[in-house]
Amino acid sequence: MIKFFNHFIDTDIGYSFKKSKIAIISTIVFLIIVFSSMFASIVAPYDPFDPASISLMDAFTPPIWVDGGNISFILGTDQQGRDMFSTMIYGSRISLTVGFASIIFAMILGISLGVTSGYFGGRYEIVVMRFTDVQLTIPSILMALLVDGIARGFISKSLHDDMAIYVLILAIGISEWPQFARVTRAATLVEKNKEYILASKIIGLSNIVIMFKHILPNILRPVLVIATIGLSQAIITESTLSFLGVGFPPTNPSLGTLIRFGNNFLFSGEWWITFFPAIFLVILALSINLLGDWMRDALNPKLKAR
Amino acid sequence: MKFLEVNNLDIEYQTRKETIYASKNVSFNLHRGEIIGIVGESGSGKSTVANAIINLIDKPGVITNGSIKLDGSELRNNADVIKNIRGKKIGFVFQDPQTSLNPLFKIKDQLIETIQTHSNLNYKEAETKSINLLREVGIENPEKRIDDYPHQFSGGMRQRVVIALAISCEPDLIIADEPTTALDVSIQFKILQLLKKLTVERNLGIIIITHDMGVISETTDRVIVMRHGIIVEQGKTQEILSKPKSLECKSLVMSVPPTNKKIDRFKLLSPEGKEIKNSSVKLTNNIIKNWGTTETSTKKLIDFVKVSKIFDEGSILSTKNNVANIKALDNVSFEVFEGESFGLVGESGSGKSTIAKIISSLINPSSGEIYFDNISLFDPKNKVIKNKFRGQIQMVFQDPYSSLNPRFKVKSIIAEPIKFFQKNIGEAHISKSVNDLIDIVGMSRQSLDRYPHEFSGGQRQRISIARALATRPRLLICDEPTSALDVSIQAQVLNLLKDLQSQLNLTILFISHDLPVIRQMCDRTTVLKNGKVCETDFTENIFKKPKHSYTKELLDLMPKIEAII
Repeated sequence: MIKFFNHFIDTDIGYSFKKSKIAIISTIVFLIIVFSSMFASIVAPYDPFDPASISLMDAFTPPIWVDGGNISFILGTDQQGRDMFSTMIYGSRISLTVGFASIIFAMILGISLGVTSGYFGGRYEIVVMRFTDVQLTIPSILMALLVDGIARGFISKSLHDDMAIYVLILAIGISEWPQFARVTRAATLVEKNKEYILASKIIGLSNIVIMFKHILPNILRPVLVIATIGLSQAIITESTLSFLGVGFPPTNPSLGTLIRFGNNFLFSGEWWITFFPAIFLVILALSINLLGDWMRDALNPKLKAR
Repeated sequence: MKFLEVNNLDIEYQTRKETIYASKNVSFNLHRGEIIGIVGESGSGKSTVANAIINLIDKPGVITNGSIKLDGSELRNNADVIKNIRGKKIGFVFQDPQTSLNPLFKIKDQLIETIQTHSNLNYKEAETKSINLLREVGIENPEKRIDDYPHQFSGGMRQRVVIALAISCEPDLIIADEPTTALDVSIQFKILQLLKKLTVERNLGIIIITHDMGVISETTDRVIVMRHGIIVEQGKTQEILSKPKSLECKSLVMSVPPTNKKIDRFKLLSPEGKEIKNSSVKLTNNIIKNWGTTETSTKKLIDFVKVSKIFDEGSILSTKNNVANIKALDNVSFEVFEGESFGLVGESGSGKSTIAKIISSLINPSSGEIYFDNISLFDPKNKVIKNKFRGQIQMVFQDPYSSLNPRFKVKSIIAEPIKFFQKNIGEAHISKSVNDLIDIVGMSRQSLDRYPHEFSGGQRQRISIARALATRPRLLICDEPTSALDVSIQAQVLNLLKDLQSQLNLTILFISHDLPVIRQMCDRTTVLKNGKVCETDFTENIFKKPKHSYTKELLDLMPKIEAII
């Protein structure tokens, strides 16, 4: 592990990483959030899903530095008496899971359509690319609402809360894939005329092998960049959907759900219920975005000279 | 009188891990009316020195020491002087005429803009001057052509325009960085003639930077030979080329393919100055044991019968009666016999690479028949045939930097075709074959565990050859395999190909624009022009008694290093 780390620092990208304070800070913040949400049961002081640990008596406790604050609830409690800090960590677990899963779904769909359409060309390419063009004209929130709405029509109401996570992954994944399809297609068009691809063709390798063993590893750099930026977008889309009430139910709240409920109490003085999840979401999305920005610059050979 | 003086010039590039010296202690001078050549292999610092003169060194490069004086005034670290001098007193001609003109402006605008920046002429006067300049560099009908955009000129014409731009402000010094490398032989000849003429007529000093010894011998008065940023030798061109003193210079001159005779092998010098004699003969024994040798036969291996190729057929815009279709190949016929090396020579656009792609089944011909071992390669009824011959026809590509997958280790690059053709082969057998292959192309076995970017162009080309041999081909197509390499590396790679051919009895289809290389490599040769065959004959006959007028012209115009020795 240390050897690998040393090797990474020695490469050009590692060097640029070492030089960029923003990249280091945002990576640290992002990793802290990821690890604390992965080990939420250890990190969080309470389990918000365990009814035994929740007491309605504790509801609306403000953060400790405000009058009436309680030492056992650092960031206060919500209307059901759940500890805000613990609820947020569990909520970020849901947000991150949906974010990663939907981006992986979008990547698989987008890359396979993008690489094949770039490689084969012809009518197939035209159809796929016009399809992405059409989909890019529809805002991703609207697309996700559409998919979610259709899914609601098919899934019975009792099942809906359990199925919410799959519906959201599908909805967000479908709204994100055209980005991947476009980028991989453009990169494939460049790569497929290079001589090493011609050499593989002369050897007689099958198209599948050429596309996914030879071309794909060479076009992963731009994919990595848009995947990172796409991840923060997916998390924000998920929060928006939950905020609008079509995402996660209050029994299993994501960051967006927390903001929505807190929103009801914003004008009655209990500002912390919506404020902390919102700040948490901003920090999470910002750290991913800054990381993505750095990666885009570091992986761009044209900017390397600087 | 010394016109340009460069003294003890040191240029450094500071990178993260080390400091690279692009030039160390470089001193030379230039008189008016003189052409000097700077020659050296890639990475020798020849372009850096030229860029330093007009202060175009990019960061992280720095001039750490030395002086550059033009007509007595110091140029180094002197931004004001340089601003006045660049363009006005020093003109620069770049290598690639495709990119050195702005495609969005008419030729007229680019010329007039340059002229008006450096002089007080009004628009009308500047226009008249531009027309005269274009006439001077040999562009016909300059009054009309001046309104054209760069894309409406051919490569050679564009380079003339660039030269017109360079001389537009009556400079005293022209620096030409590989001015003819991207051009065909006949155009190269004209451009070099033009530069020579301008030197005399305008009393200029010209610095030509090139890697082509032929160009050096035909145009320059004096020559500077550089290697790793150091001048290894300078002096009169004739003396350097005929009696080189330093080892570097000797090996450089030795590896240039002679134009006037066929030699058996290129002589190579080891760093100690001894001649390297051993070939890879012994190393092929293993492979021969595995492959078995094919007997020398005079069997026809490839029969190329009346093949034509029209690109963009079947596009939406082309109609049946559209006669203006450009034929990349027009009724081309030739035969290649087993065990010979067959040359295809021609300028750019002559269709040589198209032929390579058709034989290797990358593209289909529009009409005509190709027989490989008497079986038609493009039988619409029988698609299996194509795959049957896949392994028997292999190709070595032109660009060593894009012909290897950068994400694969050398081992997997060479092993891939072996695995593909022998599905049930054991891991031990594969690594034995890979080891044998890397041995015969003359590289160490340690290189198998590295990635392509760790190798130089010549080494990569060796890896390419190993990959091509991995399928045990009968026909090896070499599409300009050495045109991206330095001459000494070229000599090594050509020696290797010759050895392999004689040992393994390979049939080689050798494609090149370089006539001397063709003469050294090929038994028989076809000369192509604009997709048509000019003549096919034994190579020696073509060079001694060319029949076709185009062949004669090509032979006359090619730069000959022997011309002055």
